[in-house]
Amino acid sequence: MKDIKEILKERILILDGAMGTMLQRYKFTEEDFRGERFKDWEHPLQGNNDLLSLTQPEAIAEIHRKYFAAGADIVETNTFSGTTIAMADYYMEDLVYELNYESARIAKMVADEFTAKEPNKPRFVAGSIGPTNKTASMSPDVNDPGYRAVSFDELRIAYKQQVEALLDGGSDILLVETIFDTLNAKAALFAIEEVKEERNIDVPIMVSGTITDASGRTLSGQTAEAFLISISHIPILSVGFNCALGANQLVPHLEVLSTKSEHAVSAHPNAGLPNAFGEYDETPDQMAEQIKEYAEKGLVNIVGGCCGTTPEHITAIAEVVAKYEPRKLTVVG
Amino acid sequence: MSKENEQRITNNEQRFLKLSGLEPLIVTPETNFINVGERTNVAGSKKFLRLVKEEKFEEALAVAREQVENGAQIIDINMDDGLIDGKQAMVKFLNLVIAEPDISRVPIMIDSSKWEIIEAGLQVVQGKCVVNSISLKEGEEQFIHHAKLIKRYGAAVIVMAFDEVGQADNYDRRIEIAKRSYDVLVNKVNFAPEDIIFDLNIFPVATGMDEHKLNALDFIRATKWVRENLPHASVSGGVSNVSFSFRGNNPVREAMHSVFLYHAIKAGMNMGIVNPSMLEVYDDIPKDLLERVEDVILNRRDDATERLLDFAESVVEKTKESKIDLSWREEPLQDRITRALVKGIDQYIVEDVEEARVAADKPIEVIEGNLMTGMNVVGDLFGSGKMFLPQVVKSARVMKKAVAYLLPYIEEEKLLNPQVGDSDNAGKILMATVKGDVHDIGKNIVGVVLACNNYEIVDLGVMVPSEKIIAAAIEHNVDIIGLSGLITPSLDEMVHLAKEMDRKDFKIPLLIGGATTSKAHTAVKIDPQYKEAVVHVNDASRAVTVVGDLLQKETSKGYKKSIKDDYDVFREKFLNRSSSKTYKPISAARRNKFKIDWKTSEIVKPNKLGIQVIEDLDLDLLVPYIDWTPFFRSWELHGKYPAILTDEVVGEQATDLFADAQEMLSKIISEKKLKAKGIFGLFPANSINDDDIYVTLSAVEGRDNEQYTFRTLRQQLERREGVADYALADFIAPKETGKQDYIGCFCVSTGFGTAELAAQYEKDLDDYNSIMVKALADRLAEAFAEYLHKEVRTEHWGYASNEDLSNEDLIKESYKGIRPAPGYPACPDHLEKLTIWEILKVKETIGVELTDSLAMWPAASVSGYYFGNPEARYFGLGKIKEDQVKDFAERKDMSFEEAEKWLAPNIVEAP
Repeated sequence: MKDIKEILKERILILDGAMGTMLQRYKFTEEDFRGERFKDWEHPLQGNNDLLSLTQPEAIAEIHRKYFAAGADIVETNTFSGTTIAMADYYMEDLVYELNYESARIAKMVADEFTAKEPNKPRFVAGSIGPTNKTASMSPDVNDPGYRAVSFDELRIAYKQQVEALLDGGSDILLVETIFDTLNAKAALFAIEEVKEERNIDVPIMVSGTITDASGRTLSGQTAEAFLISISHIPILSVGFNCALGANQLVPHLEVLSTKSEHAVSAHPNAGLPNAFGEYDETPDQMAEQIKEYAEKGLVNIVGGCCGTTPEHITAIAEVVAKYEPRKLTVVG
Repeated sequence: MSKENEQRITNNEQRFLKLSGLEPLIVTPETNFINVGERTNVAGSKKFLRLVKEEKFEEALAVAREQVENGAQIIDINMDDGLIDGKQAMVKFLNLVIAEPDISRVPIMIDSSKWEIIEAGLQVVQGKCVVNSISLKEGEEQFIHHAKLIKRYGAAVIVMAFDEVGQADNYDRRIEIAKRSYDVLVNKVNFAPEDIIFDLNIFPVATGMDEHKLNALDFIRATKWVRENLPHASVSGGVSNVSFSFRGNNPVREAMHSVFLYHAIKAGMNMGIVNPSMLEVYDDIPKDLLERVEDVILNRRDDATERLLDFAESVVEKTKESKIDLSWREEPLQDRITRALVKGIDQYIVEDVEEARVAADKPIEVIEGNLMTGMNVVGDLFGSGKMFLPQVVKSARVMKKAVAYLLPYIEEEKLLNPQVGDSDNAGKILMATVKGDVHDIGKNIVGVVLACNNYEIVDLGVMVPSEKIIAAAIEHNVDIIGLSGLITPSLDEMVHLAKEMDRKDFKIPLLIGGATTSKAHTAVKIDPQYKEAVVHVNDASRAVTVVGDLLQKETSKGYKKSIKDDYDVFREKFLNRSSSKTYKPISAARRNKFKIDWKTSEIVKPNKLGIQVIEDLDLDLLVPYIDWTPFFRSWELHGKYPAILTDEVVGEQATDLFADAQEMLSKIISEKKLKAKGIFGLFPANSINDDDIYVTLSAVEGRDNEQYTFRTLRQQLERREGVADYALADFIAPKETGKQDYIGCFCVSTGFGTAELAAQYEKDLDDYNSIMVKALADRLAEAFAEYLHKEVRTEHWGYASNEDLSNEDLIKESYKGIRPAPGYPACPDHLEKLTIWEILKVKETIGVELTDSLAMWPAASVSGYYFGNPEARYFGLGKIKEDQVKDFAERKDMSFEEAEKWLAPNIVEAP
C-alpha cells in the first residue's frame, strides 16, 4: 500500500464526515443501543454511540461504506468517547478495549473492501481519540481555580489503553481530535509515544484542535500558534482544527497553521454554526464553496467534515478540492 | 538520508526556539535577549518563600503577575526548600498560575534540582515550558532518561555545564561539556537542537583571587563557541552572580551587569535571569567607571581588580573593607574598638583595650564605655539584619578577650575601693539544657548573643535537674530562666520545671527554646502551669528583643500581659483545630495497614548476620557524606548548600563560615581530635501481632537463645480512602507468611573528644570555635550514619550491591530501604533505644550511653533501625489515640501512666 506521506504530496486527502449525524438517521432506541448483550445493563445506554460498534456493527460498517463511496480517503473509527474516563458515564470502563478494538476492526474491514476494488486509491482508518469529558488544566469549580478533576497520569493511562486497542484493531493512523485542552492532548501524545516505543513501531499521528469561539482561542485559552507550538514536540503527520466553527470561521486560524507549521494541515469544520434548534443546516454546496477558499489559498492538505456533515457534503467537498494542488509541504520559519 | 536531514542541510532556514504559554514566544535573532523573571523562586526571593510557606497563594500569584507586567517574558518557578513540600507546592502554584490568563500567557520555566518536582510540573502545564535544569552530573544514563521524558512532555531544556567531574569553571571545560551534552541530546535522544539552552555558569569576577579573573571572559568566549558550533542552541545564565564581590555597591554592580550583558549578548547569549532594576544603561555608565569595569570583565589588565576596587570606594561613600588594608588602625581609639567588635578582629583588641584602660579613671569604665559602645553597634546591626549570627559570635569572642584582659585590673580596683562592686549588667539570665538532654549548641548561641547585649549569663550546662535550676536561680538572683532541649522527653521536663517555679512562687519569666519546642507546645502545655510569663523563643536574634521587652521597666508589664493573652488565644485556637481531625481505633488502623505482597516481595538474606563493631573509623571517609545544609541552619543561616554560598543575603557570611568550618574540619581530621565508633547488627526477624517485630539473635555466638521484640506505633489519623495506616512493622514479613525476614539496628558516634576540644576553646574564651566543634561533630555523626547505611546496603546486607548514588541522592533519601531513628517522625518514642542498646550492647562495646530521658551521650551520636524492603519508606506517625497507648503499655508490660509519659507529644489531646 502506498505510504500516506507520499500521497499527501500529490493531492488533498479527504477525511470523512460526522458519525453522530449519520447515526441519528437510524433513530436507535434504548433497546437498539443495548442489543442482546447489554439488555440487563443497570444503567441507561441510549446515546452511547461508541457502544453501537458492538450492538449495531452493521450500521457502523454501513456509514463507513457511505463515506468511502462518497470519496473519503480516511474514515474515523467510532471511538470518540472510547476511554475509561468518558465511558465512566455508562459504567462501561471495562469494555473500553473491546469497543476500540471492534470499532477499528469494522472500519479496517470496510477500508480493505474499497482498497481491494480500487488499489490505486488506498483507504485508511484513523483511530479517533476524543478529548474525554474532563479537562486537565482547568478547574470545573469556579470557586477553586487550583482544583483539577483529572490528572495527566489518569489521562495518559486511559489514552494508552485506547491507543493499544485502536492499533490492535487495525488503525492506520491515530487522530487526536477536538482538543479543548492542550494538556489532555499532550497526555494522549505521551501515551502514543509510549506505545510506539514499547512496540517499536511508527504510526502517523494527526492532531486536531478546537477553536471554541470568536475569541480565536482554545477552551483552555491558547491561541492557534501557541497550540501549534505546544504539540509540535513529537513527529506528527498533520495538525489542524475541527468542530465548533463552520468552514468560514476557521480560515484565519488555518492561515496561522499553514504559515507556521511544517506539518501537513487538516481541517474538518462543522456544517456551519448551529441554528436556533441546535441543527447544522449548511448544505453540501454551501460548505464546499467555502472549502474551495482553503484550496485556492493553498491552506490545507486534508479536509473533511465534523458535526452536521454527511456523505453528500463529503462528495461535494471532494469534487471541489480535486481540482486544486495540496498545500506545499515546505518548512517555514 | 532522511527527509528531515535533507531539509536541515539544503535549507538556509533557521530553527528557532519556540515556547508557549497561552501565547507563543519565539526566540529569534530579532528578539535579542529574553528576560526570565525569577521572583517566583523560593531560593531567590525571601518574600516568595514566606508566602508559599504560609500558603498565601493569592499574594504569591501577585508576585508572578507583577513580574509579567514588568516585562518578564518567561517566569521561572522554583519551590526547592527544605521546609516546603516542593512537589505539592509546585503543582498547587502552577495550577493557580494557569487559571490566571494574565500570568499564564507567558511560558513557564519549571526550576528544580529534583526530578520528581520537574516531572510533576510538566504534568500540569499545557504550554511548552523550559525545564531548569538537567546536566551530565549524574552520568549519561540519567541525563538521557530525563531528556527523553522532557521531550515526551514537550518542553525545552536548560543544560547546566556540569558533568561527572564537576562544574565547568574554565573555557575548555565549558565547551567540552556543552559539546558532549549537545551530541548526546541531538544524536542519542533526538532532541530538537533549538530546544537546548545552555547555562554556561556565570561566576563572580574581581574576587581578588587569580583563578577568578577569567570567569566572565571564559563565559563570553564559551557562549560564542556554543553559538557558532552547536547549531540552533541557546545560551542563558544568572547575571547577578558576576558582580557578587561588589555586594552592597549597587552602582558598580549595575555597571558590571550592563557591561557583562553587552559583551555576552554580542557573543550570542540570548536569554537569562536579570533583575531589571539592577541594570544600568550601557551608554549611561560614566566613562571612567566603564573603563575599569570592562577591564575586569574582559580581564584586560593585571591590576584590573585593584583598580576597580579603588574606584568603587569613590562610587559609594562607604569605605570598602579590604583584607590587607590597615588604615583603620590610624583611626581614633573608639572607632578601632568598635570596628574590631563589628568585624570580629581579635588581633589588636588587647592593645586597644590597654590604651583605653590607661586613659580611663577606672578599668570598669572600659567595659561600660568603649566596649559597650561597640557592642551596641553590633546589637543594632544584628537586630536590623545587617549582621548574621556567625559574625556576632565572633564579635563575642573579641569582647570576651577584652573583658578577660581587664578582669585582673577590675579585681585590683575592687580591693582598693570595695564599694565599687556590683557590675552594672542589664540583667542576669540563667541558661540550662534540661535533665536527660545533652544538646547545647542552640543554648550556647543564645547565651553568647545575650552576653553581647550586656546580659550576664549563668550557664548551668547540660543535663541539669530541675532542683539544681531552682536552687541556682535563687542563689544568683537571676532575672530570667532560659531552658533548652532537643529531644521530646525534654518537653515534659520543661513542663515539670514550670510547675516547680509556680509552686515556689517565682516571679521571673521563663524562656523556652530548642529544636523540639514549639509555640504550640509552650502555649498549650507549659504556659498554663506558670502564672508568670512563659515565652517560646527559637532564634537568637529574637532572644535579645524578647529579653529586652521582659526586663525593661517601661515595657515589662505590658509585654508580659500581651504574651499571656497571645498564648491564651493561640491555645484556644490550637485546641479547636486539633479537635477537627478525627482518628480511627487502633484495630481499624491495623486492618488498614500497609500491605506488601509477601508472595512476590524479594527478601534478601544479609551476607553477614550478627553484630559488627567499628572501633576507630578514619574520619576522612565521612567527609563526602556530610550534609552541609543543616550545618548552616544551626548557625541560623537559611538556605541550601551549595547555593547558600552565593545567596544574595547570607552568601558572604555563609562562605566565611564554611571556610572556618573547613579549617576546623581538617584540624579535627589531621590531629585526630574526634573518634568515630560504631556498632551494628543484622538479625533474622518477623513481624508478629501486626505491630511488633520479633528479633532473634540466633546468629550471634553465645547469645543464640536471646530474643527481643521491637514495638512499633501505627498511624491513626483518619485520611482519605486508599491511604494505608503505616507502622514500621509493616515492612517486615509477618511470621504467618512462613518467610524469614531480617532487620538491622545500629549506633554510631563521632562525639568522643568533642567535649574536651570544645572545653579547650571555651577556656580560651572562644565560643565561636567551641560551637563550631559541636556543630561539626553533629554533622560527622550524621555522615557516619549515612556512610554506614551505604556499607550495609551494598556490603553487609548487600541488597543494593549495585547502587551508585551521589551524596545529593543520599540527602534526598533516594536509596532503597530506610534507617529510621527512634525519636524521629516514624517512631517518635525513644523507648525502643533501650532495646537497641540491649541487643547490640552499645554502652559496653562502644561507650555511648543513654540518659534518663534516653538522649545519647556523647551528643554527636545517631542510632536507629535498618529496614531493607524496597517498599519500606519514611513516614510520620502523627498523633495516636489513647487506645493505642493502652495497647502499647500492655505490650511493653508497663503502666499506662508511664507509656503516656513517654508518648505524650504524640497523643491526641482529649477534646
